[in-house]
Amino acid sequence: MSTPLEAEQTQVEPIGAELGAEDKPWQAIVWNDPVNLMSYVTYVFQKLFGYSRDHATKLMLDVHHKGKAVVSWGTKEKVEGDVAKLHAAGLWATMQQAP
Amino acid sequence: MKDWKRKGDHVVAEFAQQEAAVLRGLLRHIDDVLRARVDETPQDELAELTGMRSGPTTAPDDPVLSRLLPDFHRMDPDQPSEEDLESAAALRSLHEPELIDAKLGVASVVLETLPSGGGEVSLDLEQADAWLSAINDVRLALGTVLDINEETPEELPEDDPQASHLGVYHWLTYVQESLVQAVTAG
Repeated sequence: MSTPLEAEQTQVEPIGAELGAEDKPWQAIVWNDPVNLMSYVTYVFQKLFGYSRDHATKLMLDVHHKGKAVVSWGTKEKVEGDVAKLHAAGLWATMQQAP
Repeated sequence: MKDWKRKGDHVVAEFAQQEAAVLRGLLRHIDDVLRARVDETPQDELAELTGMRSGPTTAPDDPVLSRLLPDFHRMDPDQPSEEDLESAAALRSLHEPELIDAKLGVASVVLETLPSGGGEVSLDLEQADAWLSAINDVRLALGTVLDINEETPEELPEDDPQASHLGVYHWLTYVQESLVQAVTAG
């Protein structure tokens, strides 16, 4: 499940990538777990982020089949708030700066 | 209990006395575990004066608590980066008190709306959302203890000590699934 993430982290950064690193957007990631129901996860994405049922379902299926999905983007503060709400809903969510 | 039914802007279901007792007992247990976590973190006088609480900086050792109160970063368990560790500690300290409040809050909505002797439960949609989160917390806790995974069978042999717990887990899965369907049917 964590393979793609590790691959991204070990990539050699292009020259100059450190410039503006502060400005790189953050992303909230939801990870697959064997307890949360597909219908409930879809409902949480619709409710918390206002996504359409189709978009929420697509993200849920990404979590289910690929092990994770980026469910929101933005400033660190925004994404931190999103992850806090996902935790309150019982989803396994983390945040990282976009690679 | 049969399916939740949508009635206008409410969802309604009937709970047997024993079903109500089981769910209420599980919620109380999680309540206790969460409150014990709060009590482990003494607040200083300044925090009490300002109302600005800070939570612990490290994840709980207990697997149930650690699933209910996850880290903000996904870290390599053997070699977490210093930066992620520091950030996860700061974010936990900042957000954990409100996360615990949210979980105690949704549990109390269920305890207030589910009669201890069983009977009809009628919820507005805000209460239904609280029920969904609270049942999810109970399922996460039971799922962690039972080590639920993709291969967990529907039933265990009757003499397995965990057979009845798995039965409760699957029953709560049904209660939650049916409630999602009723809430989104409107």
